[in-house]
Amino acid sequence: MMKLSNGVNIASKIQVRDLDFYYGQSLALKHINVDIATNMVTAIIGPSGCGKSTLLRTFNRMYQLYPDQRATGEILLDGDNILSPGADVYRLRARVGMVFQKPTPFPMSIYENISFGVRLYEKLRRSAMDERVEWALHQAALWDEVKDKLNQSGMKLSGGQQQRLCIARAIAVKPEVVLLDEPASALDPISTLKIEELIYELKQNYTIVIVTHNMQQAARVSDYTAFMYLGELVEFGDTNTIFTNPGNKQTEDYITGRYG
Amino acid sequence: MASSDANLPAAAAELGSSYARQRLLDRSFQTATLAFASFVLLLLVGIIVSLFIGGWQALSTFGPGFLVSSAWNPVTDQFGALVPIYGTLVTSLIALLIAVPISFGIALFLTEVAPPWLRRPIGTAVELLAAIPSIIYGMWGLFVFAPIMANYVEPWLQSRFGDIAIIGALFQGAPLGIGMLPAGIILGIMIIPFVAAIMRDVFLATPRFLKESAYAVGATTWEVVWRVVVPYTRVAAVGGIFLGLGRALGETMAVTFVIGNAQRLDVSLFAPGNSIASALANEFTEAVTDMHTSALMALGLVLFMITMIVLAGAKLLLMSLEQGHGGRT
Repeated sequence: MMKLSNGVNIASKIQVRDLDFYYGQSLALKHINVDIATNMVTAIIGPSGCGKSTLLRTFNRMYQLYPDQRATGEILLDGDNILSPGADVYRLRARVGMVFQKPTPFPMSIYENISFGVRLYEKLRRSAMDERVEWALHQAALWDEVKDKLNQSGMKLSGGQQQRLCIARAIAVKPEVVLLDEPASALDPISTLKIEELIYELKQNYTIVIVTHNMQQAARVSDYTAFMYLGELVEFGDTNTIFTNPGNKQTEDYITGRYG
Repeated sequence: MASSDANLPAAAAELGSSYARQRLLDRSFQTATLAFASFVLLLLVGIIVSLFIGGWQALSTFGPGFLVSSAWNPVTDQFGALVPIYGTLVTSLIALLIAVPISFGIALFLTEVAPPWLRRPIGTAVELLAAIPSIIYGMWGLFVFAPIMANYVEPWLQSRFGDIAIIGALFQGAPLGIGMLPAGIILGIMIIPFVAAIMRDVFLATPRFLKESAYAVGATTWEVVWRVVVPYTRVAAVGGIFLGLGRALGETMAVTFVIGNAQRLDVSLFAPGNSIASALANEFTEAVTDMHTSALMALGLVLFMITMIVLAGAKLLLMSLEQGHGGRT
């Protein structure tokens, strides 16, 4: 549970407790404490290099691909600490999906792009897999555009379609949390709008954390906003409050465009 | 204003001459680079033509039969290229069978698995393999590797596979330690550094986000490499394999030491054989008759053609691969 400034309690999917993060010797995240609400969209904003993406990448332990990166503290996913050495990282990544800054279709067909992740966890019959692929593409609002060319390479789609394919791919595994790392930064305005509409749809069923440079985007799509600066969480609250009545001078300066 | 107006014609004239000078410079630059580039073409054509002229006597005497005849008799002036062609292709094939999986493993380990402190030493060791002169490989092959093959590896292969229906034929005869199998293995070792270095570089060129997104759906390192990195980089990786093949086809010194230099056709990989490059190196000094020299020239032309066909085949393969999955973004 987390308590907001207005006294409302809501269920937390992820609870970050005293998280420190290091790139080699340098401390990139300082004592982060934040709760991510279940089936809501939480935006993380802040200037470049403030640690937004770093924080996001701890939620699925993506950082551990790189030997010099480490995190201390606790991140509780439904109460279980995912940072504990015993936590199964493959299981974690089935529960926490991720979409990246640039579209990253795999070098295979559209169908296989979706089924790739599903096959890692489930043995589905062909017909069940067909249904899953169709379902995921529907969820990502891409089905109508690609239903006739599922065997075509995913790399031949447009940038916006590729990004929705990546969202479909993340969703196909049926995760509980979807992490979006600046998902629209490489897209044109119309594709961006589609992605934002999609985020709005998806939060019915998923807990979403989105990192974004674009403050209007954060204001449009998120329920809660965290503002970070120089590796610290400066302010966290519901999006309306953060954008209309920020409690902190730094937050106010950032969202009014005085720096960043 | 007035003063600058007065200078205008002079300035324009100066500007005009400056343009003319630049045009001239640009044109001479273009001509010079064109000349350099044409030099390569000229060289290529020149080599082909001179090989053709040199080999004409043999080619016109024996006709297309030159390619399929296994006769090679300097005494009676009967020449056919089948034995060295066969030896060249078989040893190169063995080399690829050995080098490709090992290079793949090395590249995979260096890019995805090895801890950072181990990457540099192993990477350097692989590169140093490429720096060993081929004569050293030849000497090592003859004095160290051939006895090992003769005493241990070939008898084992023979007892293991010699009785099997079809492939058993590949492992017949006396285990001499000198023949097509040892030559192929040494060639394989020699091309490993090239193939491994290219594979490592193309694996490294895979975008970080692409790999991370495969990890992000929960794939293991093997799944990421096999399902994402390899398909993404296969065009370049195949290019690396063909570069290795090109080297294997033309390698002379190391092969000469261990292939046995026997002009006879044998299915068994243990049997001594010959490769084109090795035959050329061994026989040019001994070629007495014009026909013998001409046959060797024709042999050189055949090697050239094989290499060209391999390269052309590689290009075609790469093109069809690129179409298959839309290549890269």
